[in-house]
Amino acid sequence: MKLTVNGDEREVDAADHESLLTVLRERLGLPGSKNACEQGECGSCSVLLDGALVCSCLVLGAAAADREVRTVESLADGDRLHPVQRAFVDMGAVQCGFCTPGLVVSTYALLKENPEPSEQEVREALSGNICRCTGYGKILEAVQRASAGMYGR
Amino acid sequence: MSVAPVRSRIRGVVGESVERPDAVAKVKGEFQYGSDLNREGMLFGATLRSPHPHARILGIDVSGARRMSGVRAVITSAELPTRELFGLMKLDQPVLATGRVRYAGEPVAIVAADTAEEARVAARAIAVRYDVLPPITDAVAALQPGAASLHSKGNVIEDVLVAHGDPDARADVVVEGEYELAMQDQAALGPEAGLAIPRRDGGVELHVATQWLHEDLRQIAPCLGLPESKVRLVLAGVGGAFGAREDVTLQIHACLLALATKRPVRMTYGREESFYGHVHRHPAKLWYAHGATKTGELVFVRATIVLDGGAYASSSPAVVANAACFGAGPYRVPSARIHAVGAYTNNPPTGAMRGFGAVQSCFAYEAQMDKLAAKLEMDPVVLREKNALRNGDRIVTSQPVEGSAPVAEIVRRCADLPLPEMEIPRDPIGLPGGAGNLTFGEGVRRGTGLAAGMKNVCYSHGFDDFSTARVRLMRDERGPLARVHTAAAEVGQGIVAVCVQIARTELGVQRVEIDPPDTTIGSAGSSSASRQTWMTGGAVLAACREVKAELLSRARRTGRSLDDLPALLEEPIDKTVTHRHPDTEPRDVNTQNQGHVAFLFAAHRAVVDVDVDTGLVKVVQVATAQDVGKAINPLAVVGQIEGGIAQGLGLAVMEEVQLAEGKVRNASFTDYLLPTTLDMPTVVVDLIEHPHPDAPYGAKGVGEPPTISSTPAIVAAIRAATGRELNRVPVRPDDIVFGAPYRSGWRIRPGDDPRGAVRA
Ligand code: FES
Ligand code: FES
Repeated sequence: MKLTVNGDEREVDAADHESLLTVLRERLGLPGSKNACEQGECGSCSVLLDGALVCSCLVLGAAAADREVRTVESLADGDRLHPVQRAFVDMGAVQCGFCTPGLVVSTYALLKENPEPSEQEVREALSGNICRCTGYGKILEAVQRASAGMYGR
Repeated sequence: MSVAPVRSRIRGVVGESVERPDAVAKVKGEFQYGSDLNREGMLFGATLRSPHPHARILGIDVSGARRMSGVRAVITSAELPTRELFGLMKLDQPVLATGRVRYAGEPVAIVAADTAEEARVAARAIAVRYDVLPPITDAVAALQPGAASLHSKGNVIEDVLVAHGDPDARADVVVEGEYELAMQDQAALGPEAGLAIPRRDGGVELHVATQWLHEDLRQIAPCLGLPESKVRLVLAGVGGAFGAREDVTLQIHACLLALATKRPVRMTYGREESFYGHVHRHPAKLWYAHGATKTGELVFVRATIVLDGGAYASSSPAVVANAACFGAGPYRVPSARIHAVGAYTNNPPTGAMRGFGAVQSCFAYEAQMDKLAAKLEMDPVVLREKNALRNGDRIVTSQPVEGSAPVAEIVRRCADLPLPEMEIPRDPIGLPGGAGNLTFGEGVRRGTGLAAGMKNVCYSHGFDDFSTARVRLMRDERGPLARVHTAAAEVGQGIVAVCVQIARTELGVQRVEIDPPDTTIGSAGSSSASRQTWMTGGAVLAACREVKAELLSRARRTGRSLDDLPALLEEPIDKTVTHRHPDTEPRDVNTQNQGHVAFLFAAHRAVVDVDVDTGLVKVVQVATAQDVGKAINPLAVVGQIEGGIAQGLGLAVMEEVQLAEGKVRNASFTDYLLPTTLDMPTVVVDLIEHPHPDAPYGAKGVGEPPTISSTPAIVAAIRAATGRELNRVPVRPDDIVFGAPYRSGWRIRPGDDPRGAVRA
């Protein structure tokens, strides 16, 4: 099947039952999206599919045929971090980092939709992303910082 | 001798909040975790596990699996190179079940195949015939004289008595209670994962996400029938640990498969297998009695504590000792009798989890302190202040608390932190049940509770605790550069940043790089017991000081200024130092000696809203005061504290590995609930910095106290809101709505040996 991943047209052989997450990680060499539960419960595998936030572990690889996927690997511009990534680094929102790619993608999706979310809106939007290390305090601060960074405030 | 003029130009030294050296790779998705490892031509491993908690194995037929497509190796206990057992503290665990299985989930056979799917399918195709035996699932029952023995020496893993002061002490006021904690899962997000690569010399190299490379090595090599020199371990990226990676899980299996197939083999557990694959927090049953004078001075604490060690010992002996040693909490207690026993059962094995035994007793003694305050009609905060340990006071093991013991200050400062501004909200979204829209607030009550706790830092009871660091100071085209090599496992806690900060501070060099941790350098000990800052930080500090001494002597010899680093570093300086903390004493019969290096203290205050109609709880705020000695990287210290509180909140109101007849009922993130952004409240942190004289820069270690007293504080708040007894965690909605307290079904007088328990 063919799909567009991070702007590149890719061709890949995937078994029928394989998730998009497995296709990305094991077939396309993009292990940035993480595999913490593979059951749709943790958000560590979050990617954008045609611009919409999905858990890639719940999407069949085949369902992404001829569509456009964006993963965490596409956000930075070389050495220049995306403002969301910069904010996560600066605010101490990263510990083990296993949840981080998913949270970065989810935050990016949220701030694209809603440039200045309230704290409650952030909590709602990120409630599908589990972090076992941080207790979320620094992540919530990072989202506010990222909003400022993305929209130049 | 001072390098101050150089140091003043350096950014990111000790005491400043710094960016983690691995943060950029992590936000970009480029950091390589164990499950991301890849090698040309690698195979995939899978494990067949026992479905029964207790059974004899009558036969294993692997012929079908061997013939399946893509299968390269199938190994059962019959094919193992040796009969060696493994285990952290007792060698009691077979690499693959041999004749008998002792828990549901015990590995029986392993498979390597061309794809992960083929390996899984082949593992399922192995036919095992079992003779199913009745499981022992109640730890108290396991200890009784008539119980079937699960191991050759019986079912007692460890038995620790703390006997202190007057055994017959009498008090004006006595309160008693029985308590239970369920099994908690560490639920590190990164699954267990490793890649084993066979070496030409017949050895093997294992890249693995672990907490302690050298301890893994010590256990792995004999089980492979290899000398340690032929096994090399390299740390793969670790996606959280919290104790779950202290034990060997897939390490030996991956190596065996790689050696058998002569191909690299990757093993990664899925989430369900992860629940079976690693040890959990010990479930506990506790019986307590506290006695005090009419004016509220503690007179005695008596307690019996039974910890369910599951099928294999893991670190149970040390967990049992901790539960006993800290069983009276951060208070002055003239007389104590605390009897803690760990039992083998057919439940999944339990071992290390953040807080390590101190969590279990803290839940009970803090509930007791509140009961005592109520009976004395005293403010619970005042009762705690009044009995708080001070510098020089002895804990119930007779060891004086030295260095920093600001318990009364912690309790008071925590109690005085600002309360949430908000009243009980009107909008359902902010109420218990949240977006479920379950209430408009009619049945919602607010409650506040406070708890304090204590624990040791570093290893105790005579264990030879050390860490080795190598520091090289050199120059390259970009100028001076320091490289730090240790075997310390970065598991998320931030030891890599601490090492960088220490090297910058000591050497006055901006560029510091951390070499990948592996077993080519001496052990750093485990990333556990809140010890890496003290131990590996201490080793890096000592190595830096040797490097600096050499630098100064070069400067003196050559008449150059220290600012002229490039010239002084024509030859690099290279120093390796092994750092030990002062010796501790092994346990004696009554556990009355200097068993620990130092103690950590924290207090937590929780504010909760509880819907008494649905039994749902919303934690509104947690405030904490913690003595960290010195915050080396304050941002990371706060991150550790907030994260630890989240795990304490989980144990208080939602996290439980549910067991039915020894089988895990909820081995998934769908059914094992973890705190999300909607569950975690705002956390208010008051960092107290009383430097400990023996610790590097006075920094005592941070990781565990947040998980110890946050749970009892939250439960105390729920009790205050509801009036319910709530003597079991996690607190379930039914416990709140119906209010039936937990009963163990056993009668034990607090302080007595649980082997004399009678059925209630
Ligand atoms: S891995 Fe997809 S939601 Fe957890
Ligand atoms: S940083 Fe470890 S899970 Fe979030």
